[in-house]
Order: sequence, then structure tokens, then C-alpha cells
Amino acid sequence: MGTSELTLKLAGEAGQGVESSGAGFARALHRAGLHVFTWSDYMSRIRGGHNAFAIRVSREHPVAAPSDRVQLLLAFDEASIDEHTAEMDPSGAVLLDEPLARAAERAERSGSGARVWLAPFSRLAEEAGGSKVMANTVALGMAAALMGVGLETIEEVIRENFGSKKGGAVADANVKVARAGFEYAQATWGGQFPWKIGPAARNGRKAILINGNQALGLGALAGGCRFIAAYPMTPASSLYEWLTAHADRHGLVSKQAEDEIAAILMAIGASYAGARAMTSTSGGGFSLMVEALGLAGMAEVPVVIVDAQRPGPSTGMPTRTGQGDLLFAIHASQGEFPRIVLAPGSQEECFEVGARAFNLAEKYQCPVIVLTDGFLANSYKTSPEAAFAPTRVVIDRGETLQSEDGAKLDGPYARYKVTPSGISPRALPGLPWSVHLASSDEHTELGHFEDEDPDNRKEQAAKRMRKLESARAEMRPPERYGPDDAELTLVGWGSSRGAIQEAVDVLAAEGVRANALHFVDVWPFAAAAVEAVQRARYLVVVEGNLTGQFARLIRAETGRKADEVITRDDGRPITPGYILTRLEGLKVHAGREAV
Amino acid sequence: MLDVKLYNSPVRPTWCPGCGDFGILNAVKQALAELEIWPHEVVFVSGIGCGSKLPDYIHANGFTTLHGRALPVAQGIKLANPSLHVIAVTGDGDGYGIGGNHFLHALRRNPDITHIVEDNMVYGLTKGQTSPTSPKGWVSTTTPDGSIERAVNPLALALAGGATFVARGFSGNPKHLAKIIARAIRHKGYALVDVLQPCVIFNRVNTYDWYRERVYLLDDEPGYDPSHFEAAWEKAHEWHDRIPLGVLYETTDQPSYEEQVPALKDGPVATRPLLPLPDHEAEQLLAEFR
Ligand SMILES: Cc1ncc(C[n+]2csc(CCOP(=O)(O)OP(=O)(O)O)c2C)c(N)n1
Ligand code: SF4
Repeated sequence: MGTSELTLKLAGEAGQGVESSGAGFARALHRAGLHVFTWSDYMSRIRGGHNAFAIRVSREHPVAAPSDRVQLLLAFDEASIDEHTAEMDPSGAVLLDEPLARAAERAERSGSGARVWLAPFSRLAEEAGGSKVMANTVALGMAAALMGVGLETIEEVIRENFGSKKGGAVADANVKVARAGFEYAQATWGGQFPWKIGPAARNGRKAILINGNQALGLGALAGGCRFIAAYPMTPASSLYEWLTAHADRHGLVSKQAEDEIAAILMAIGASYAGARAMTSTSGGGFSLMVEALGLAGMAEVPVVIVDAQRPGPSTGMPTRTGQGDLLFAIHASQGEFPRIVLAPGSQEECFEVGARAFNLAEKYQCPVIVLTDGFLANSYKTSPEAAFAPTRVVIDRGETLQSEDGAKLDGPYARYKVTPSGISPRALPGLPWSVHLASSDEHTELGHFEDEDPDNRKEQAAKRMRKLESARAEMRPPERYGPDDAELTLVGWGSSRGAIQEAVDVLAAEGVRANALHFVDVWPFAAAAVEAVQRARYLVVVEGNLTGQFARLIRAETGRKADEVITRDDGRPITPGYILTRLEGLKVHAGREAV
Repeated sequence: MLDVKLYNSPVRPTWCPGCGDFGILNAVKQALAELEIWPHEVVFVSGIGCGSKLPDYIHANGFTTLHGRALPVAQGIKLANPSLHVIAVTGDGDGYGIGGNHFLHALRRNPDITHIVEDNMVYGLTKGQTSPTSPKGWVSTTTPDGSIERAVNPLALALAGGATFVARGFSGNPKHLAKIIARAIRHKGYALVDVLQPCVIFNRVNTYDWYRERVYLLDDEPGYDPSHFEAAWEKAHEWHDRIPLGVLYETTDQPSYEEQVPALKDGPVATRPLLPLPDHEAEQLLAEFR
């Protein structure tokens, strides 16, 4: 039987290589021309605890969301059985290492209906001339056989990963071990696994496999990022690490600061000096940055801040995901000043936002906050390469003055000149015709302290705020997915994009005319967004927090109250199934006629 | 030598008449004139406090940041554009209290910045509370029974933390202070200049006269060699009756932080043109993900 897609999950203890072999296999499948989407589920431990890495593979259609059902589970520890049998497709299979026979019985009794097969992962690894640590490779060989994707799919990636380690002996051993697994699975369970996606023909499609953090980093590099200072915090660290790995070659200064307070301040300093600068963190670190966020707002220094959200408050759930920082990002800091908040919803949007954030920051001379989350940061997706063309990125520094602009001045350079747009042309320090005086205190047009004069205050505060109005006109309205005249509109922002769109597809197949509005530009609320929201007949907001923050924002900005809000705050990503089940519970799509 | 008037700001200081900050401002201008540094070639980065208003009172690039936060901003500026002279100006509360962690980490990095601390041993701008450098027993509104903490010794702390230049000046001797500041600016690396700065309103103990009776110049000390760490350590602990002024310690055996950053080998990142990535770079980056 041929199927067009399936989900494979690798699960085991931290330290058992679940993540690395999963990522390797995902790359192999991607290289073979299949569409891949991965997400991971891991505990905040270095060894022990339970980890899982899921790969959704599709032959024909791009996939952009986690699935709710698993067809093939490779289980490396007992906990995998307890954690994941509930997700099993009744026609799927669980492969678990021989020594875990006890757990196999439990799995059989769980009632998922899925077949449970004891598999000699570690025994075959040793018998085939490798070592116990190659149990993963055996398992992947078996998976390749069951899925029908061919052994050569993984061979290439094994060779690439191990390279010429010990003269290629390690790679050779792994290939042998993979073959042993492949052949064993074919001989033993060959015809019994119905989910064969078959070997994909390499079809010349130009695609890359990239996760959200890498895509953001790539976008930042393409957008001319010249400085990053950060302090490690999950799930933001890998973005900072990726940029650091590319720093020397691309003329980027990377600094690990003593804390998040220093990190953002260093970025603000670098930006004041003229370098496109950013910092990356998660909610707890962002909390520490809030004082400096206000400094950037008052002193009008461009800076890009990535908040890779995880559930809070406090240290919350470090390795999980959530969208609970939205209203905090929009309102953080005392006083009032303009800022821009962007929430990419896919790997492609991460790339685009990574570059655009710097343009917006420099154009409006204000902080730009990029909200991603643990799920998007770590999810790999097969994505069209054309959407990531670094050479096509447009760099727009806004009103940044050059040496020759000095001749046009009729008085001393006024850093905070009052203008109709609120944007004061910026002369970077070092130009011989000007000095650049920036101030955290209320100031005059020249940048001198003026914290007494009410008129000056009103003029400067209004000037700053006018930038927000200028930016509002540029903010992009939500992208609509699905028919224009829908009975049901699902609204989302950030990382739930793929899941919401898939839910719309499922609804369409069931005969419900639904569409989705996906927001990337969440603040300032785009002028053009108001109409899109108000036109919705039945409005359901979907988001990864407890209280429906985006629904509140929509109501505040448009007056439109959401008819329903679907929230998720258990630290897990929003899936299509989650949305559909909740819709059923709300009798929204079940009561189609009511809509 | 440039004309000192070049650095005159249109703004008149709001410091109390007689405040030690005036002497520091004059000394700073003098040092810049002597070193022939033009206003656009230097950036003053300050925190918040009486003394931190200094960037407002001098015609040069300036960035008044937040209470305690001058050092990380200064380091960011220097890392982005090492061709700018970066001078951080903080108070003692600012630099050693709220900014204490930043101070500690600047010491071990050796960024090429000058850090002038206007040390009046009290919080001036917020009206006289106890500061990290106030002596044990100090009575103020926040320690009415006398402070029960020991004071920070900034010079010893700087030496222990790895500073490559440690000096003390006195705002009652701006000529000498100007010389120290000029030397600190010339020093390649982190240079601390802790300045005894009388607050004529809130510190009735450490007055100009009190200092004048005690300070002496290390330059007049026969055989004093600022390259000797042990000697500097000893001088850093001299206080009650004799207070040394001058460069306690200077070493040139450590490279500055910026000199060691590979991305800066081709010059400042802040002034490099911003262009889309060239084809081959883009191609190489995308190849990582194929
Ligand atoms: C985060 C924060 N906390 C407190 C203050 C209030 N504040 C302003 S200046 C200052 C102390 C100033 O003392 P010092 O740094 O010694 O400088 P001086 O005024 O004596 O020159 C304080 C506590 C502030 N501005 N910001
Ligand atoms: S309060 Fe003290 S430090 Fe502040 S200006 Fe007055 S004298 Fe100077």
C-alpha cells in the first residue's frame, strides 16, 4: 500500500542520540527529495529524562505543521512507551529494543492497536561489527526499510556525518550496521507495515532543510547584522551560536555578555556607533532587558531583540514552547515610546523577518522585537530555497546621514530634530561636521538634558510617538489563507501558522468554508489589518497562551471581540488536530449550520 | 595642542557651586586638547548621577545611558568602532554599586576604554545616601545608625580584577588630573581613573581641605614604579593619613579586547558598507542546509 505521508518518532533518554540521529535522518529524507517537517520534545536535562524527535515525511505535499498521529515509533527506552503510545496510529508500529520486552507487553495492552515489534537494535549493532552506540543507526536502517525509502538515502548522510574519522572506518561501520537493520526489517516485517511512502525521485526541486533559529540567523546575516551580544538561554541560544559560528567570516562581532542587561546595552552601544546590532534571549532574559528597551526607545537607538518564547513566568518550562510574551513585548518598560513587534510563523518568515527587522529598526530608530518560540526555533522544514535568497535582501538604512550631508546643515547637528514623520536624520558618531549627543533623559533637539520644560517634553514625546504612526502605515496586514468569503475565520500569529492552515484544509475537505488570517506584524497593528478582522463572520483566535492575549489585542485595536479563543498553554505546540478537536468541543465546526 | 574652547558646550552645568565635578570637566577638556583629539573622534558614555551629566557639558559625541549601565554601552561602541576614543564617566554609586557586575567584567576583558569615576563617596543626585565607597560608620538618611558595611576599595578591586591601568586623581588638582586622564586615554586597554571628587553638599567629611592635608603625588615618591603590581597593591591600600595620587599601575603586556576580535581585523564593523551578501557567500551559506 502506498501512502503519501507518515510521521516517524524517535524517543529515548537524553544522551541516547535521539536528537542527532533524528536530525540526520531528516536530512537524509530531505536529500532524497521528500518533504520533511521536524519538531522535538525534550526535557531540561543533559543525561536521562525523556526526549523525542519527530519527523513528518511527505512525498507529494510540503508539510508545515506537527502531526497528531505517529505511524512509526522507534523506542529506545521504556518511558517512550508510556509517553507515546497514545499518539500511535492503530495501523502503525512501535519498534523497541529487545531488552525492553517488559515494556512491549505494556505497549500491547495500551490498546492503541499499533503493532509492537521487539527489534534487536543493540544486538545487531554489535553483530554487524559495530558497537552498542550504533543502535540508533540500526533503528534508522529498519525505519528506511519499513518506509520503503531505500538504504542509499541514509548512506550518504552517514558518510557525510562521520566523514573521514579514523580513515572512514567509522562511516563504513555505520553503513554496515544500517544495512543490517535494513535487511533484518525487510525480512522480518516486510509486508506488515502499511505506511510505505516509497522512494522519492530526486526531482530537481531546489530546497533546503532549515530550522527557525538558523533561518533567523541567515536572515540577520543577509540583512547586514554586524554585532550580536547575548547571554545563553534556551531556546534562543542556538540562534546566537549559529551567528557566532559565522561571525569571523562575515565580519560580525559576537560577544557573550555577563548578563542580559549587558547584552542588550552592548548591542545598543554598537548600534549607536553605526553597526546593525541585535541580541537574542528568551522571556526571562527579555525581562532583564526591559530597562534598556526603554533606553533604546528614549535615545532612539535601533536595536533588534529576539525573544524565543518559552512558557513562563519566571524560568517556566525551559525546553517547551509557548506564546505568552506577546502583550509583555508590546508593553514592556515604563513610559511610552514606539517599538515594533514581529512574529514570524515559518522558516521562510524567520529569514525574511531576520533581515527586515534591521531595516525597520534603522528606519524608525526604535527597538524591534522578534517573537519566536521554542517550537519554531527548533523545527526543521523542507523549504523552497528561493525563499531564502540572501542576495535579494534589500538593505534600507532609512535616514542615516553621510559625510556629504554635512554641507546641508544650517546650524549645529540636531540629533532629535522635530520632523513631521517623527524620524530625525541620524548622523553616526565620527562624522567631522557633527557630534551626536544621545540621551536617556528627556532632551532637546540637540540632545541636551531638558527634564523641566513641559513644552519641550510634549514636543519630543509626540515626535517619538509619530514614528509609530509612520510605521503603522508600513506594517503588513495578515496574510489570508483559504477563500475570501468564509463562514469561519481562524486567526493566528507566529509559529502556529502551519497548524492553522492545515486545520483550514481539513475543514475545507469536510465542507466547511473556513479561512485563516496569519499575523507576522503584530505591533503596531497594521492599519490594513483592521478591515480584514472586521470582515470575519465567525472569528476564532488560536494562540499558545492561557489568556488569549492576541484576542485582547485585536479587540483593543479593532473593537472586534473574538467569537471564540482557542488557547494552548501546556508547553506543547499547537497542532492541526488540537485546533480541530477544540473547534468540535466549541461546537463551531460541528454546528456548521450555526456558523 | 588644540584650543580647549573647542569642547565648550552651549549648556551651563547645573552642578552646585564648588562641586568637584567642575574640576573633572576642566581636566577632561585639557586632556583632549593636549592629545589633539577632535570632538567627533571621541564619545563620552555616562550613567546617571550628578557627575554623569558631563557629556551634556562638553562638545563631543556623547551618550547618557542609564544608572550603572555606561560600561556595557561603552564596550558595545568600542567593539563596533574601535577608531573612536571611548570614555566612560560614572559616579561611585553608578560605577561600583548598581554597575558593579559590569565593572568586574570590564576589568577582565581589557576593552580599550577610559573609565573615569567621580568618586564623592556618596550619592549626590538622589540627595546624600550612602554609597559603596562610603566608609563603615557613615551616617546618612539610609544608614541613620551608621553604615555597617565596609567600603569598596575600587583601586584594589580593579587591580585584583585584572585592570591594566589603575590611577587616582583629585578634582582639586585638575592639572595633575588632566595628565592622568591623558595617560589613561593613551593606554591601550581598560584604564580606571578614580577621582576624589568633593560633594560640597552631602559629604561634609571628605572636603577639599580634608584631601589637601593628605594627598601626595606618586610622581614625587622616589623610586615608585607603576609597572610593579605589588607596589601598586600596597599603594591601593594607603588611605587615612596619606593618600597617593597618580598612576598606581600600568602594564602593556595584555592586548586590548578589540585587538583580539577576528571580525575587527579588517577595520571597524560600524563603518563598513552594508551590501547584500555576494553570490559566493550566499551560495556557501545555503549549501549548509541543502
Ligand atoms: C535604575 C535606577 N535606580 C535608581 C536611580 C536613581 N539614581 C539616580 S543617580 C543615583 C545615585 C547617584 O550616585 P553616584 O552614582 O555616586 O553619582 P553622583 O550623583 O554622586 O555623582 C541614583 C540612585 C536611577 N536613576 N535609576
Ligand atoms: S550634590 Fe554634590 S555631587 Fe551633586 S552637584 Fe552638588 S556638589 Fe556636586
